[in-house]
Amino acid sequence: MAQEAGMFMVNQTIGSVLCCKCGILMQPNPANMCTKCLRSEVDITEGLQKHVVIVHCPECDTYLQPPRTWIKAQLESKELLTFCVKRLKNLNKVRLVHAEFIWTEPHSKRIKVKLTVQKEVLNRAILEQSYIVEYVVHEQMCESCTRVQANPDQWVAAVQLRQHVSHRRTFFYLEQLILKHNAAGRCIRIKQMDQGIDFFFSNRSHAVKFVEFLGKVAPVRYRNDKQLVSHDTKSNNYNYKHTFSVEICPICREDLICLPPKVAVSLGNLGPLVICTKISNNIALMDPFTLRHCFLDADQYWRTSFKSLLSSRQLVEYIVLDVEPVSSEVVVGGSRYVLADAQVARVSDFGKNDTIFSVRTHLGHLLSPGDNALGYDFYAANSNDIELDKYKGLVLPEVVLIKKSYEEKRQKKRGKPRAWKLRSLDMEVDNTAKGRDHEEKMNSEYEQFLRDLEENPELRFNISLYQNKEYQPSEMASVTDGEEVPSVPLDELLADLDLSDVEVEDDGMME
Amino acid sequence: MATRLQFENSCEVGVFSKLTNAYCLVAIGGSENFYSTFEAELIDAIPVVKTSIGGTRIIGRLCAGNKNGLLLPHTTTDQELQHLRNSLPDSVVVQRIDERLSALGNCVACNDHVALTHTDLDRETEEMIADVLGVEVFRQTIAGNILVGSYCALSNRGGLVHPHTSIEDLDELSTLLQVPLVAGTVNRGSEVIAAGLIVNDWTAFCGSDTTATELSVIESVFKLREAQPSAIVDEMRKSLIDSYV
Repeated sequence: MAQEAGMFMVNQTIGSVLCCKCGILMQPNPANMCTKCLRSEVDITEGLQKHVVIVHCPECDTYLQPPRTWIKAQLESKELLTFCVKRLKNLNKVRLVHAEFIWTEPHSKRIKVKLTVQKEVLNRAILEQSYIVEYVVHEQMCESCTRVQANPDQWVAAVQLRQHVSHRRTFFYLEQLILKHNAAGRCIRIKQMDQGIDFFFSNRSHAVKFVEFLGKVAPVRYRNDKQLVSHDTKSNNYNYKHTFSVEICPICREDLICLPPKVAVSLGNLGPLVICTKISNNIALMDPFTLRHCFLDADQYWRTSFKSLLSSRQLVEYIVLDVEPVSSEVVVGGSRYVLADAQVARVSDFGKNDTIFSVRTHLGHLLSPGDNALGYDFYAANSNDIELDKYKGLVLPEVVLIKKSYEEKRQKKRGKPRAWKLRSLDMEVDNTAKGRDHEEKMNSEYEQFLRDLEENPELRFNISLYQNKEYQPSEMASVTDGEEVPSVPLDELLADLDLSDVEVEDDGMME
Repeated sequence: MATRLQFENSCEVGVFSKLTNAYCLVAIGGSENFYSTFEAELIDAIPVVKTSIGGTRIIGRLCAGNKNGLLLPHTTTDQELQHLRNSLPDSVVVQRIDERLSALGNCVACNDHVALTHTDLDRETEEMIADVLGVEVFRQTIAGNILVGSYCALSNRGGLVHPHTSIEDLDELSTLLQVPLVAGTVNRGSEVIAAGLIVNDWTAFCGSDTTATELSVIESVFKLREAQPSAIVDEMRKSLIDSYV
């Protein structure tokens, strides 16, 4: 730049001096000593550690960062290099310029790192030097792995989730919710039990968090108990096993309920015969004859816990002969209903006798003559419900229709795979005692649950469906005539994730 | 010959002593070792005088002089001035000067003919240097350092300068001084030449850290091997005695 401006610069030729130690000719430097002599004079790696012992847990492949943190790192990874460099003492006295691994056989239990450091020596001369640090890897299991090895069932808190009903529909749904929110990520064991699931946690707070999650998605009540396992009075240490007993209300969607008089009155003389249309942390009840509806939260429910009169397993199939709408369309809690008068006959009676029922139903918008519908058959039912007996002079309808049936159309599709699938929790199942009947029942219930998902978009609103790679859409499907069986539109599906990917992702979120 | 010595465990012997062709000044030390080393070497030729300047021992950095004269800073006490006038030969003019830069040894480097000085010295001081020391005065720097007195050691036969001095600077200084110059170090790589080395026309003293390489550079540039006044006779005598015995 100075030359560009036309400035005259005195030419300075750097001379040479003799190295003060060995006398070779060299350019003058701050120490006035040639590099070799300087090297022999001062060793900047003096006082730096060359051998370090690091502790490694072979079970979970982690390294101990004293005092008690365990760091997950692969061999030759950036994390391991950072960890190795951090373990060196006195490294703040020099400037670290470069660090790299030197390959060693993994079984040798040695890690070698080549470090290049700089330091100021003798009159501001900066010397750079590389040296190799050898890390001896001592294998020692970390605390959690030791515990798992010693006794895999080392749980501290257990959540016993129960619903006292004859089917598992609720748990299939809950399983999907738990998966979607990764609520059971910290579970160490999940066990399928009769009428429920047990979740085991290694920490009480994890269990509490899980119970709180359940309270947000289902009307539950719970109590917790603890059992003293061991204690040390001198240091005031007490080890407990905590148990949370969580009960989900036994009312399910599509159940027919006879409200106790007190509840009916407090809800403004609702019912008393009502259908449960929806369950979240609230219970949505609707009178199918008037379309009046109300919501009960968990508190309100558990104050007067009533049971259902008839549940979905007792549904009977009817054929709709005639439908006459009574009211216009009404929107109740996000879904549409039309009050209608319908004439129906049981499918089992069809062609045998002329028993026809004339009923009022809330499904006027769905049903048309010729359709099949599912409903509760009071005509044939022999109910001995206490609540029902409390109402003197209550005239029971002969039929309460609950939903439209797609059974006939579904016959055609039987055996074909669905375009979507669900993930499932890694649950322990104890099938030995119950035999094949039980397994078959479970499978049919699961199938029923999948159909419910297809028919009810509200139900699948909260859960993740994944694309089924094995599914190939058939050409037949495109030429079906008339009304189709409800199915899940493809754009609602999530791209299928590899299960191994999911595991990794979950691990990442936990850390 | 160059001699290696220490002043109270310090290798900076040039700080505590002043050597010219006509006299040698030595600081008053705790032990007699330092003084006696000089005395052993020089007593035949020139007076060795123990003194302080302004009550301090760093006399080498405070005064400047050659065989013609000695310049002392204004901090010098009357007593010290009188002591020096009494001790030095009559041919040496001892003069105290009023210069703001009182470390004259750091600001002035001279042999018996030429002096290099700090660029900021007063004009009066410059005249005084020329008069008292009988030299031509050049305001100079050495390798960019203005403390010329610290970074070079001169005699009438040669000079050692700061190791970073460029070839061009060496050429210029050598032309001014009319003696050969070399860039070098003392005290195992120290670039503060005058602190580690004092030299006159036939002998030199340097810090005990000075390596053999540095010593050989010093001896060759100051031509100390053949410089001894009585060297030839001594050599001859030794060989004569050897052969006689």
